Amino acid sequence: MTEETGRYPLRLEGDGVPMVRFQKVTKRYGPLVVLDELDLDVAPGEMVTIIGPSGSGKTTVLRMLMTLETIDGGVIYVDGEPLTHMVRNQGLVPANSAHTRRMRSKIGMCFQHFNLFPHMTALGNCMEGPVQVLKLSRKEAEERSMELLEMVGMADKRDEHPSRLSGGQQQRVAIARALAMRPRIMLFDEVTSALDPEVISEVTSVIRRLVSTHNLTMLMVTHQMGFAREISDRVCFFFNGSIEEQGPPAELFEAPGRERTRQFLNAVLEAN
Amino acid sequence: MIEWQWGLVWELAPRFVDATGKTLFAAGGGYGIAVVLGLVFLAMQRVPLPAVRVATREFVELIRSTPLLLQIFFVYYVGPQFGLILAPWTAGLIAIGVHYGAYLSEVYRGGIESVPKGQWEAARAINLPTVTAYRRIVLPQALPPAIAGMGNYLVGIFKDTPMLSVIGVAELMHTATTIGAESYRYLEPYTMVGAIFLAISLPAAFCVNAFEKWVRRKLGMAK
Repeated sequence: MTEETGRYPLRLEGDGVPMVRFQKVTKRYGPLVVLDELDLDVAPGEMVTIIGPSGSGKTTVLRMLMTLETIDGGVIYVDGEPLTHMVRNQGLVPANSAHTRRMRSKIGMCFQHFNLFPHMTALGNCMEGPVQVLKLSRKEAEERSMELLEMVGMADKRDEHPSRLSGGQQQRVAIARALAMRPRIMLFDEVTSALDPEVISEVTSVIRRLVSTHNLTMLMVTHQMGFAREISDRVCFFFNGSIEEQGPPAELFEAPGRERTRQFLNAVLEAN
Repeated sequence: MIEWQWGLVWELAPRFVDATGKTLFAAGGGYGIAVVLGLVFLAMQRVPLPAVRVATREFVELIRSTPLLLQIFFVYYVGPQFGLILAPWTAGLIAIGVHYGAYLSEVYRGGIESVPKGQWEAARAINLPTVTAYRRIVLPQALPPAIAGMGNYLVGIFKDTPMLSVIGVAELMHTATTIGAESYRYLEPYTMVGAIFLAISLPAAFCVNAFEKWVRRKLGMAK
């Protein structure tokens, strides 16, 4: 690993350091190459949406950033520092858990199936990280959590357990839970895919508000093409583990330059 | 025809009350050891040292694949040949505790594995350290499904205490056999043993069920 990572910078410095950089990142499951030497930069405050057919590696990008997946090649930089490596003797070596946890604290994630803690209330879910990880007092954690539950319109359900909430409500609590850790990067992994059509807008309107009022860097994987087009600064079309085409949403959706992009967009349009 | 003698039943009652107490102590003590040992076996199968994991795994399999009676004999009769001399009570509690500890570690493992992977991922996404994730997120959710299995083995250990009679622990079975040898009456003593086991097992199973429901409700995870 050390030898192989010799050609990567130890950290990114100077003007215009991206909030996220994937540099020749590879991910394999056995013989299957999921990501093939991926290069991707995300600027601070940018909203990047990833679209593409299933199996194209788009969810893997988010899961690697959240350190839920290991990385088989290349380096990911977050805020200029390597995410899954650290600097030792002028080289990059696999990160220890202290480094990983420090880096992970910059990132929050929302999942397709919400993954709320079922034995805790909506408020309890939001307070868990601030109390256990950030070591806030219960009072401070509750204030911070209530502010966020307010923002996602779930303050009145603070004492309900997830089993008594609808999918849209659970996802909004999950967004508040992630934000309670004050991440600088938010990852949304198909957050509307498991929702009934009539509640999708509850969640998209929360994300829309985040985009307009927070200075978060966001990466989103979605099948909601209309939503992606409306709020993204940039859209990346993934195919077979690499970026086939990327650009501003108007450009990519109106005038895709690649045949595969056209085929994919047509297929999605037909399905709707 | 042998006739049922109520007189004998009343006469024997005090000895059976005493023996019931000893049986409950054996079951309770053995279970206490098993609950703790089960956690130890579980933890040792999850440490980052492969040798410890494999050795524990094999030991648990060995215990589960051989009869309890053999294990009792091993501790009580083979132990002394290696200088380990134990009283019947001590040997019995150790054997039964280790035996059921192996089974309980599997129950715990099943409970932990029933917690969806997404719960681990959510715990990691809010940056909980592994130990905290176990304590706050995974173990509370692993508990309700484990309670049913733990309850089954509580009743199971109670029903297995008669095996301790073979090394001379004066529990119910041992008492009934002694009485039979003294009086040549077997019908009443053994029937009484059966009745006592039934009278304790049935309510215990019911209580376990009620307890599981209560825990689920407490955790807000009612089905």
